[in-house]
Amino acid sequence: MTVQVSLQHAFDAFALDVAFEVPAGVTALFGPSGAGKSSVIKAVAGLMRPDRGVIRAGDQVLLDTDKGINLPPHRRRIGCVFQDDRLFPHLTVCQNLSYGRWFSPDKGGVSFDQVVAMLGIAPLLARRPQTLSGGERQRVAIGRALLSNPQILAMDEPLAALDEGRKAEILPYLEHLRDQTQIPILYVSHSVSEITRLAGTVVVLGKGRVLKAGPVAEVFSDPNLSPWLGGVREAGSVITATVAAQEDDGLTCLHTSAGPLWLPRVDAAIGAALRVRIAAQDVMLAVQRPEGISALNILPATVVALRMGDGPGAMVQLRLGEDLLLARITRRSAVHLGLAVGSPVFAVLKSVAVAPGDIGAPLITP
Amino acid sequence: MPDWLSPDEWRAVALSLRVSLWATVLSLPLGILVAFALARRQFWGKQVLNGLVHLPLILPPVVTGYLLLLTFGRKGFVGQYLDMMGVVLAFQWTGAVLAAAVMAFPLMVRAIRLSVEAVDAKVEQAASTLGAAPPWVFATVTLPLILPGIIVGAVLAFAKAMGEFGATITFVANIPGQTQTLPSAIYAFLQVPGGDPQAFRLVLVSIFVAMAALVLSEWASKAVARRISGA
Repeated sequence: MTVQVSLQHAFDAFALDVAFEVPAGVTALFGPSGAGKSSVIKAVAGLMRPDRGVIRAGDQVLLDTDKGINLPPHRRRIGCVFQDDRLFPHLTVCQNLSYGRWFSPDKGGVSFDQVVAMLGIAPLLARRPQTLSGGERQRVAIGRALLSNPQILAMDEPLAALDEGRKAEILPYLEHLRDQTQIPILYVSHSVSEITRLAGTVVVLGKGRVLKAGPVAEVFSDPNLSPWLGGVREAGSVITATVAAQEDDGLTCLHTSAGPLWLPRVDAAIGAALRVRIAAQDVMLAVQRPEGISALNILPATVVALRMGDGPGAMVQLRLGEDLLLARITRRSAVHLGLAVGSPVFAVLKSVAVAPGDIGAPLITP
Repeated sequence: MPDWLSPDEWRAVALSLRVSLWATVLSLPLGILVAFALARRQFWGKQVLNGLVHLPLILPPVVTGYLLLLTFGRKGFVGQYLDMMGVVLAFQWTGAVLAAAVMAFPLMVRAIRLSVEAVDAKVEQAASTLGAAPPWVFATVTLPLILPGIIVGAVLAFAKAMGEFGATITFVANIPGQTQTLPSAIYAFLQVPGGDPQAFRLVLVSIFVAMAALVLSEWASKAVARRISGA
C-alpha cells in the first residue's frame, strides 16, 4: 500500500507546502527543526487540520479539503509514536499495549505475543509506565501503536528524547519492525545515522517544502543537498554490501558492486546484506591508483557531480559500481586534480573510519 | 436510631445526610460538564458562566437563598411553571437539596477543573490515534485521570452541603422533620433556653461527619492517585 500526502498550510512563521508518497517500508521525513516535519505527521494522523490537502492511504481518502472529507483521528488507523511516549499513566504496560487492539475493527495483523517478543517487553507487562526507563517506555509506545493494527505507522522523532545508549537499544527493534511487518512507516527524524539505518526512502524537508525525495542512497549522496543534510560534517552516503568473509586479523571483507571493502569486524553472517554509511569527509580521491598507502580500500569510481562550496570545500558525488558515494575534499584539490563530471578516479577509504553504528542490519527491500 | 439523640435531632441529622447526598450526586454530572467547559473550551460568555458559578461563594448566603426564592418559589419565574407540573421546591426538603447544591457547586467545579487542567491533552490525542472515539477517550482516559479531582470535589461539596445554613433557611425555612437540617436544628436549639445540650450533641455529630468525610476523601484520592502514578 502506498500513502499519498499533499498538504498546504500557512503557519505564523512559515508556509507548509509539501507533496510526497510513502511506499511500503520506512520513509524518512528529514530536515532541520522548524522544517515542518512534525506538522506533516500531525496532519497525517488527523491531529491537525491543514488549510488544504489530500491524504490517501491506498484507496481510502483520509483527508480531502476540497471535497470536505476529514476523517477524525480514531477512524484513520494511523499508529502514532511520539517523541514523548504518551503512555496512559493509569494503565499497566499490558493494558497500554491492548488499548488500541480493543478498538481495532479487525483483529488480524501482528499478535500480542509477537509484538511483545519482538520488542523484548515481556518482563514489563505488569508494570506501570512511571516505573519504566525512557527506552522501555518508548518500546511500549511502539508496541502499543503496532497492536492497534494500523494501516500506517507514523513515528515523530521516537528516539530524539533518548540518550545514545537507549537509541542503540531501540534501533534494532525498529529494524525488526521494518523487516517483519508490511506496514508503511513514516519516520520523522533529523538524525542522518538513524535514517541511514532504517529508511529506504527519504523526503528532505526545508522551510516547509520538499527539497528532494527518493531512495536513501541517491538523496544522501546528492552533493547539492549536503548543506541541508545536517551540514557538510554530517554529509555521507549509503552503499549496500554483502558479507564476503570474516578474516583472521579482525577485519570483515564486504562485497560491493565496485569491489571488496574491508572494515573492522562486522557481526553478521557470511552472505548477509548490509548497508554501510560512509561519511563524505572520510573519503579521499586520487587520479591514479595510490601505491604504498595504509588505507585498505581503494575503489575505482567515476565523478557524477561536483559542487564547489562557498568556503574552501567541495562535494564530489561518485559512481561506485552500482552505488553512489559522496566525497568531501577541498576546492584546491578538485582544481589541482582537474576533476570534472566523468573523470575516472580512485576513492580511498580508511577501514577504521567506519564506526559500528554506521552499519545497518540487513535491509529487506520490499 | 441511636438513643443518645432525640427523634427530632435524629431527623435533622438524617435529613442533612439525605439532602447533602442528593445535592452532591445530582450536581456532579453538571459540575463535571461545567469544569470541562471552563478548563478546555473557549466560548462566548465564558467569563459570565465562570462568574455565575462562583457567585454563591462570594454572595451572602441569605442573598443566594432569597434569589432562589424569587426564582424557584411558587410565584417565581421558574417556580410557577414547576408548580404547574406539580413540582414545588420552596419550603420542601427538595428545595434544601437545590439550595445545598447551588452553594456547594463552586467548590465542586473548582476541584474538578484543576484536575481537568492537569490532564495532558496529548495522552488523549494518543488514545484517539489508537482508534478511540471521543466518548471512549473520555471514559477510558480522561475520567480515570480526573477521578481524584472528582472525589475531592464531591466530598467538598458534600461537606459544604452538610454545613449549608443561610441559603437553606431563607429558601425552605426551618420546619422540624421537613426542612430542618443539622445546622438549622443547632440554630433552633440555641434560640430556646436550655437548648444548649441538644445543640452541643448536634455540634459533635457535625464535627464527626465533617472529619469522616475529609478522611475518607483523603484516603480515596490518595488510593486513586497511587493507582495512576503507579508508585
